[in-house]
Amino acid sequence: MARVITEISAHDSSMAAPGFGASGQPIAFAQLEELVSWARRNSLWPLTFGLACCAIEMMGSAASRFDISRFGAEVFRPSPRQADVMIVAGRVSTKMGPVLRQIYDQMPNPKWVISMGACASTGGVYNNYAILQGVDQIIPVDVYVPGCPPSPDALIYAVMKLQEKIKAGNSGKLIELGSH
Amino acid sequence: MNSLSSQTIPIIKGMGLTLKHYVGMLVNKKANNETIQYPEERREQFPRTRWRHVLTRYDNGLEKCIGCSLCAGACPARCIYVQAAENTDDERFSPGERFAVKYEINMLRCIFCGYCQDACPTGAITLRKDFELSEYAREDALYTKEMLLEPMPPSVIIRKSEIAAHP
Repeated sequence: MARVITEISAHDSSMAAPGFGASGQPIAFAQLEELVSWARRNSLWPLTFGLACCAIEMMGSAASRFDISRFGAEVFRPSPRQADVMIVAGRVSTKMGPVLRQIYDQMPNPKWVISMGACASTGGVYNNYAILQGVDQIIPVDVYVPGCPPSPDALIYAVMKLQEKIKAGNSGKLIELGSH
Repeated sequence: MNSLSSQTIPIIKGMGLTLKHYVGMLVNKKANNETIQYPEERREQFPRTRWRHVLTRYDNGLEKCIGCSLCAGACPARCIYVQAAENTDDERFSPGERFAVKYEINMLRCIFCGYCQDACPTGAITLRKDFELSEYAREDALYTKEMLLEPMPPSVIIRKSEIAAHP
């Protein structure tokens, strides 16, 4: 996406201000940015990453009574290559940590993480050597959802908060340009 | 032919069940299987639902919490921190000897079991039904006493006739 913007700027190099319209308004840049943000936040495909009882509530939010597809987030993908948001639902053991990190790395940019429930966020009652005390020790988390487990409407609220975050301009963890 | 009927009859039976539920949903609107349009309409929470904590006050505005830390002791997740201080006659926060200077709950660590509510001798901490607690940063999920404490009750006007009636 960023590459497209660079090309637009290059085409407009004959104008006084590159990337700006005739009246001086940043037409192409702002509109494309808004359009991409709109498309991104209304098609957040979650990654199926249910680790414990929170996964039951995550399934419940996808079912017809709560219907998370009203927010465009119903397509739970088993493959990280096709997912936008990782809902870490459940306690992460230290043995699961490297797996979680690898799956997060396999997700294409931009990507977001929702840490669902007490165990994924802080370890919850499992304050011991086997459980990771917060999933943000290994991956960056965008929205934390308290609860044990959070009800489906609490998860939908977190998805709405994530949509607000994307709308506000935080478009996830974009890779540095030119590094590849 | 025999094998065909043995395969088709279960399918017809199964689809008939689906049709029955579909028609039943259309006929009976209160079948409780409709989608809740969450941000616009909320479902009715169960009467004993436990979500966000609230530190309550007495009717005269004094805090119910006496800083005894029994809630922190009962908490299985160890997410409550209470620091108590002495009340004085000049600065009185609670009716007892002591009150809570600091009262912090890590909402991310909390499992909303309600043991703090059970342990509280004065009924100060209660778990209410506000479930929208998601945060962007984990520091924001550390609820302080100011966030947990109920607002002051509205001032009550007492007429002279009422005082005369209840001396």
